[in-house]
Amino acid sequence: MKTEILDHVESKNLKNALSHFEIGDTVDVHCRIKEGDKVRTQIFTGTVIARQGRGINETFTVRRIVNNEGVERKFPVHSPNVLDVRPIRSGKARRAKLYYLRTRTGKAVKLAHRHSKHTVSK
Amino acid sequence: MAMLLGKKVGMTRVYDESGELIPVTVIEAGPCTITQVKTTETDGYDAIQVGFEDVKPSRRKRPQVGHAKKAGTAPKKFVREYRFSDKPEKEYQPGDSLTVAVFADTKYVDVTGTSKGKGTAGVMKRHGFGGFSASHGTERRHRAPGSQSGYGTNRGWSGGIKKGKRMGGHMGTDRVTTKNHSLVSIDEEKNLLVVKGAVPGPAGGYCIVRTAKRPQ
Repeated sequence: MKTEILDHVESKNLKNALSHFEIGDTVDVHCRIKEGDKVRTQIFTGTVIARQGRGINETFTVRRIVNNEGVERKFPVHSPNVLDVRPIRSGKARRAKLYYLRTRTGKAVKLAHRHSKHTVSK
Repeated sequence: MAMLLGKKVGMTRVYDESGELIPVTVIEAGPCTITQVKTTETDGYDAIQVGFEDVKPSRRKRPQVGHAKKAGTAPKKFVREYRFSDKPEKEYQPGDSLTVAVFADTKYVDVTGTSKGKGTAGVMKRHGFGGFSASHGTERRHRAPGSQSGYGTNRGWSGGIKKGKRMGGHMGTDRVTTKNHSLVSIDEEKNLLVVKGAVPGPAGGYCIVRTAKRPQ
């Protein structure tokens, strides 16, 4: 009863059509960024290493290497500032959380390529 | 000014127009029934008595059942009064129903509830005292209140304990009002108020929602 009402309130903020991507995918995250009074779209590219939470609290973590330094960003799945998530390459992943990638550097960061239908080439 | 009685459902998060997540509390408010209208002529002041949530007549005392019957409703679980500072602009009749629509053009609300009970609590939790050092030789006095008074307290000579001295004791289940919650949205179909921030009391606890007295 109680959760039904809360779900009802949350449901107005949930996105209807979510783009499909999987753990291990390399994705382009299009996010809306506000600078002063200008709004522009920024693309963050990296590997999806985790997805957690339910409903409005659901987030996913994208990791990439910038200047030899690992950078991770967490995105709320249903945020209106996350405009689109486009999977561009599928990676072979055997677990749901790829935290082991944090200890890796160089070539070892890259996951083996996996053929899949949901990715879109650039 | 308007008032409604309600029940706290719980907390969640919603996005605002700029895409920011804001913490909100959902309150199931109304529909409330006016059980009595008080006027200056008959009662000395102007007020309406409002009831929320029906209860079985066998669970209330007979005068209470009779009182509700006068207004043509079932006895109510939660009954509170809303007092007008001067003559109300609108005519109210016993038996009238109040819904969340009364807050249609309200931006900020005050919410009164009964806070969660904490039982017997020490001074650190109850009054925010600092306690003592964890180390540096402190032994079995880490959360103690310290000294309570001295010879020269302003209670005069002989060092009595000052009235109102903060000590440990029962904490919680107090009437607490949190002010100026911005009203995020109203759901007239499901009788829901969504207010920003936390509201006193447990989920399922009764609360009083009023138009903010001093909106910022």
